[in-house]
Amino acid sequence: MGSVLETTMMLLILSDMALLGLSRLRTCIAVASFQGMLLGVFTLLAHEQALTPRIFLIAAVSFILKGFVFPQLLRRSIREASAQNEMDPYVGYSMSVMAGMAMFGAALWLGEQLPLTLAAGMHLVIPAALTTVLTGLFLIIARKNALSQCLGFIILENGIYAIGIVSVVEISVLVEIGILLDAAVAVVVMGVAIFHINRQFDHLDTDQLDSLKG
Amino acid sequence: MLLLLLALGIIVISGCGALTVCTRPRLSSCIGAGGTVLGCAVGMIPALEVLLQGTIQSLRCAWSMPCGSFFIELDPLSAFFLLPVFLLSALAAVYGGQYLMKYKDTKRLGVAWFFYTLLVASMAMVCLARNAVLFLIAWEIMALASFFLVAFENEKAEVRRASWIYMVATHLGTACLLPMFLIFGAHAGSLDFDRFAHSLPQPLASICFILALIGFGTKAGIIPFHVWLPEAHPAAPSHVSALMSGIMIKTGIYGIVRMLAFLGMPALWWGWLVLAIGIISGVLGVLFALAQHDLKGLLAYHSVENIGIIMMGLGVGLIGWSAGVPSVAILGMAGGLLHVVNHAMFKGLLFLGAGSVFQAAHTREIDHLGGLIKKMPYTGACFLIGAVAISGLPPLNGFLSEFLIYLGSLRGAISMGADVAVPLIGAVAGLALIGGLAAACFTKAFGIVFLGEPRSQAAANAHESRPLMVAPMLLLAAGCLVAGFLGMYIVPAMSEVVSGILGFDAGHELKIAGGYLGSVTIASIALLLVVACLTLLRRFLLSGKEVGSGATWDCGYAAPSSRMQYSASSFAQPITDLFKMVLRTEKRLQLSEQYFPAAGAFKTHTLDAGFEKIYRPLFEGAKCLFARCAVLQHGSMHLYVLYIVITLLGLLVWLVR
Repeated sequence: MGSVLETTMMLLILSDMALLGLSRLRTCIAVASFQGMLLGVFTLLAHEQALTPRIFLIAAVSFILKGFVFPQLLRRSIREASAQNEMDPYVGYSMSVMAGMAMFGAALWLGEQLPLTLAAGMHLVIPAALTTVLTGLFLIIARKNALSQCLGFIILENGIYAIGIVSVVEISVLVEIGILLDAAVAVVVMGVAIFHINRQFDHLDTDQLDSLKG
Repeated sequence: MLLLLLALGIIVISGCGALTVCTRPRLSSCIGAGGTVLGCAVGMIPALEVLLQGTIQSLRCAWSMPCGSFFIELDPLSAFFLLPVFLLSALAAVYGGQYLMKYKDTKRLGVAWFFYTLLVASMAMVCLARNAVLFLIAWEIMALASFFLVAFENEKAEVRRASWIYMVATHLGTACLLPMFLIFGAHAGSLDFDRFAHSLPQPLASICFILALIGFGTKAGIIPFHVWLPEAHPAAPSHVSALMSGIMIKTGIYGIVRMLAFLGMPALWWGWLVLAIGIISGVLGVLFALAQHDLKGLLAYHSVENIGIIMMGLGVGLIGWSAGVPSVAILGMAGGLLHVVNHAMFKGLLFLGAGSVFQAAHTREIDHLGGLIKKMPYTGACFLIGAVAISGLPPLNGFLSEFLIYLGSLRGAISMGADVAVPLIGAVAGLALIGGLAAACFTKAFGIVFLGEPRSQAAANAHESRPLMVAPMLLLAAGCLVAGFLGMYIVPAMSEVVSGILGFDAGHELKIAGGYLGSVTIASIALLLVVACLTLLRRFLLSGKEVGSGATWDCGYAAPSSRMQYSASSFAQPITDLFKMVLRTEKRLQLSEQYFPAAGAFKTHTLDAGFEKIYRPLFEGAKCLFARCAVLQHGSMHLYVLYIVITLLGLLVWLVR
C-alpha cells in the first residue's frame, strides 16, 4: 500500500516540475487538471482504513472542482483572451525546473523539521505538498501572464489541500470547504480580472500594470 | 444594569434600522432620532438612580476575546458622565432630525444616523467599560463613528482635510493608551479595571500618568494636542459638533479621572503639570477664539478653553490631594467635574445655535452676519444665555463650577506653603483672565452676529428655524438657567462622585460650598427681581406714549450703511494686539497712495501656532522619511508576492530551525 501512496506523491512532484518547465498554457492547465484528479484519488488512498461518507464527499468535491471545473474556467479565459503561450517570463523554463529541484530539497528538509505525527507510508506527503505550495508561489512570482498566476494560485491551493488531507481527521469539514470555496471564488475573480485586463490593455502582462500606479 | 443595556440596544438597533431604509430620508431620520431619544430616556433612569443613591451596579460575562472580558460597571463617576451623554445626545438627535433635512436630496441620511447612534452608544460604553480591551474597542468605535460624521460633507476638500487631521490625531492618542494599559495589565496580571487600583509602584505610575495625559488629552483637546478641534468641529454638521464638543471630548477627561483613581496618591508635580496645561489651554484657547472669523471655529477654540478650565480644576484637586489638604482636593475635583456637565450644556446650546444661524444665513463667517436677533428671536435669546453661561457669569451654570475652582484655589493659597500656594494663585489669576477674555469674546460673537444691521443679503433674508430645532435649544437654555439657580442642591449631590475618586468622604466640604452657593442664588434672584422691576418700570413709563424705532448704528449719518458697523476683527483688535506675541495674526492692508480716498482692503488671518510651528514641520519630516520607503512600493505585483513569500518562509524556517 505504501508504494501506491509513494507513487502518487512522486506523480505530484513530477507534475510540479512539468508545470515549471512547460510554456504552453493549455498543457499547463491539463497538468493542473491531472494534479487535481490525483489529489482526489489520494484523498481516498490516504484514508483507506477509515473511509467515511465525509472523506468520500471531500474527495468527490475536490476531484470534480480541481479536475474539471477550474481547468474549464481557465480554458474559457484562454479562449476569450486568445493567449496561448507564456511570453518572456522573469525566470527561464530550465532555470525554473532547477529552482523546482531546489524547492524540493528545501521541502524535504522542512518536512523533517516540522513536528507532525504521520502514519506509516506517509513520509513523502509533507515534502511533496510543500513542493507544490512553493511551486504555486514560484509561478505567481516568476510568470508575467495573468493566467499563469491564476494557475499558480490553484497549485498553491492544491499543496495546502494535500497537507490538509493527512490531518483531515483533525481539521473540521468547515475549514476544508472554506479553502475550496476560497479557491473557487479566487479563480472566478481572477477570470473576470483577466478578461478586463485583456480588454483594457490588449495583453495579460501583469508586469505592465505598474503603469497604473499614481 | 439591564435597563442600561436595553437603552444601548435600542440606540444601536434604531441606527441599523435607519441604515436599512436609507433611501427614504424622512423615515430614516424618524427612526434614528426617535430611537436615540427613546434609548437615552431609558438609559437616564439607571444613571440617575446610581448617581442619587451612590450604589454600584456591575455585570461581568465571559468573552472569547483574548485578554478581554465583557465587564461593565455603573458607579457614580460613570453615571455622572452618562447623564450629559444621554441628555445632550437626545436633544441633539431631535435637532439633527430637522437640521439634516436640508441634505435629504443629496445625502443618504440613514448612513449619518447609523454613525450617530454608534457614536452615542460607544460614548456610553466608554464610560461603562471595566476591561481594557472592551474600553479600547468602544474608544475606537467612538473615534471612527465621529470620523465618518465629521466627513459627512465629504465632497468639500476642507472637510476631507479636517476629517483626516482628526483621524490622525485620535489614533496618535490611542497609540499612547495601548502601552499605558499594557503597563497596568502587566503589573495587575489582568486587564480588568478592578485589578488596576493602586497596583503600580512610583516611576511606572508617573509614566502611566504621562501616557494617560497625552492619550486622553488628545481626545480632550488640551494644548498642544488640540489641533484637530478647530478643524473638525466647524466641518461636522452642527448637531454632531454639539455632541463632539459637548461630550465626546469629555470622554478624554473621564479617562484621565478614571486613571487618576487607579493611580492613587499623586505626586505633587502631577498637579502642577495638569494645572499648567489647564492655564495654558484656557488662556490660549480663548485668545485664538477671539481672533477667529468663523463662528463654529470660535466655538471650537472655546472648547479648548473650557477643557483648560476643567484641567485647572483637576490640577487644583491633584495639588490638594498630594499636599494632604482634603478641602482643596474636593473643591478642585468637584469644580472640574461639574464644569464637564455645565460645558456640555452650554456648548451644546451654542453649537446648536450656530447651526441655526448657518442654516438661516448660509454662512458661518461672523463678518457677514448681523442683526439676526430681530429675525431669529428664539435662537438669539438662547445663544445669549449660552454666551453668558460660558463666560462664567452668575446666575448661570458656568459660574457654579468656576466658583468651586476659585474657592478651592483660594483656600489652598491662604493656608499652604509657597510650593502649593504659588500655583494655586496662578490658577486664580488664570481663571480670572480666562473669564474676562471669554466675556469679551462672546460680546464680540453675540454682538456682531445678532445685534446691529445685517452685513450681507443672506443675513438680511434669514428667518427663524423650525420648531424642532428651536425646542432643544430652549430646553438646554432652560437647563443652564435652572442649574445656575440650583447650585446649592447640585454641588452636595456630587459627593459620591468625588469621594469615589479621592477615596475619602467629600460630603461635608461640598455641603459647605453648597451653602455659599445658596447665598449666590439669593443674590441672583435679587438681581432677576431688579431686572424684572426695571422692565416693568420701563413698560409703565412708556405706556400710552408713542415709541419710534430707527436704524441701529445711525451715528447721525444721513445714509448709514451696514458697513459702518464694527466688524468682528475690529471689535477684537485691542485685545488681539495686546497678545500679538502669541497670536501672530497676519495682517494685510492695502491703501491707495493718492491724496483722495479710494478703495482699500484689510484682511487678518490667524493661523494656529501649534499646528504651524509644531505639527506641520513634524509631519513634513515624517513624510520625507517615509517617502524613502517608496522604493519598496513600486507597483509590481510579482515583487509584492515575493515579499510575502520571503517573510512567510523566513518565519517558517525560524520556527522549525
